[in-house]
Amino acid sequence: MASLIVTTRDGATRPLPADAGLSVMEVIRDNGIDELLAACGGSLSCATCHVIVDPAQALTLPPPSEAERELLDGLDQVAPTSRLGCQIAFDERLDGLHVTIAPES
Amino acid sequence: MSDYDVVIVGAGQAGAQAAIALRQLRYRGTIALIGDELELPYERPPLTKAYLAGEKSFDRLLIRPSAFWQEKAVDLRPGCRIVAVDPGARQVTAADGTTIGYRHLVWATGGAARRLDCPGAALARVHSLRSRADVDRLAQELPAARQVVVIGGGYIGLEAAAVLVGAGKQVTLIEAQQQVLARMSGTMLARFLEAEHRSHGVALRLGTEVRCIEGRDGAACGVRLGTGELLPADVVIVGVGIVPAVAPLLAAGAHGGTGVEVDAVCRTSLPDVYAIGDCATHANAFAEGARIRLESVQNANDMAGTVARAIVGVAHPYYAVPWFWSNQYDLRLQTVGLAAGHDLAVLRGTTAARSFSVIYLRQGRVIALDCVNATKDYVQGRKLVESGIEVRSDLLADTSVPLSQALQSDGILPTRAA
Repeated sequence: MASLIVTTRDGATRPLPADAGLSVMEVIRDNGIDELLAACGGSLSCATCHVIVDPAQALTLPPPSEAERELLDGLDQVAPTSRLGCQIAFDERLDGLHVTIAPES
Repeated sequence: MSDYDVVIVGAGQAGAQAAIALRQLRYRGTIALIGDELELPYERPPLTKAYLAGEKSFDRLLIRPSAFWQEKAVDLRPGCRIVAVDPGARQVTAADGTTIGYRHLVWATGGAARRLDCPGAALARVHSLRSRADVDRLAQELPAARQVVVIGGGYIGLEAAAVLVGAGKQVTLIEAQQQVLARMSGTMLARFLEAEHRSHGVALRLGTEVRCIEGRDGAACGVRLGTGELLPADVVIVGVGIVPAVAPLLAAGAHGGTGVEVDAVCRTSLPDVYAIGDCATHANAFAEGARIRLESVQNANDMAGTVARAIVGVAHPYYAVPWFWSNQYDLRLQTVGLAAGHDLAVLRGTTAARSFSVIYLRQGRVIALDCVNATKDYVQGRKLVESGIEVRSDLLADTSVPLSQALQSDGILPTRAA
């Protein structure tokens, strides 16, 4: 199975088994990491599943939609490779993708 | 009888999030999360959107996977309905007579779908859409259904109508008021949504009373209007709000009426009994301090945080800007603030472009926005609502000026963007 590599807020990094077809937010939540509120359940209506993609890998992802960019713009702290975890559809090609959970806003 | 430090009654968004927040705050006491449904805690908003449309499986609606609750030592008690509260003995009683003791009780029961009080309301093929079981029952009948009548033009009714007309059903939506979303929004948004639904093929009947639901062999076969007209229906969907499930608390002496009254940290009038989410009547800073109930994920989550902090001893008052979302067809509706009591509504953008915002003001301050496919306005408008500062209302309608520039602070007038 492919894996998603996640750095949590305590700085620890670990690989998570990731099913294709789920979003990065869902993979993180379903592996018991309790750091994303994901209030709107992935319907692109809040910005509470903020992750920062490893800059070296950012270009391998499809770019964010306009609505995602606008939600990210509303965050107080945003990095150049910030994304909403619910908007990254995980699949085999993303095996080894590394994201860091953004600090609590 | 079992005892817990914290008993949470209601395993929906508010109750589940209260348990999650307690553990995030490193609370070490025992926690029971009691729900009357059989399911693990799940998100309700997709029930009338992606789940009804068959685009999302139930597993993806779970607030947390099954293993999470075990790992966090949250004792789930599904299929358990609490019918009585004894604040003196500090215990609750389930329908089967089991008693459960508590040190802190968190009442997070939300509400039951309001039923019509007309003849025929209890017939088969009349559906509410509040729980997974409700939607699954409807889904079983849909393949054989051609004509669907939706009663109620609130969010539930509108979202269901959008999904069902998309599934090829003949949908009629009946609303008693002269506009949809009469309880929460102004007419500009309502007129736009009405036109959208009509253009997708929904027959809208506004200002229309329902006399009764007609049945045949125990199942609904049509909806009889106040005028006597009969609308044939293979299934009927009723989306006319909820009735907060607070009877056991009120019977135990808690202050309340339609909901249960809570203070700034979600305490009811009973000792060590809190209430959160849809059923909690609270003074809301974004309603000028008026006592209201809010039926939203935002309110459920934020009150869950408030109650968890109160229980671990770091209480601070509930203060959170209300927000809400809906998806109908390809429309992303995002609402921030509370529009009730506005004295001015400004349209920013054009409804013809299907990307616009309605900005609601009271005494020169932005109190709410309804944004349709306009996330930038939602994000920037949220800051206007939070700030409570007077704005240049003449700039709000000008889409060449970002909303973030409409603040009128320090006596410096904002200028048009270059």
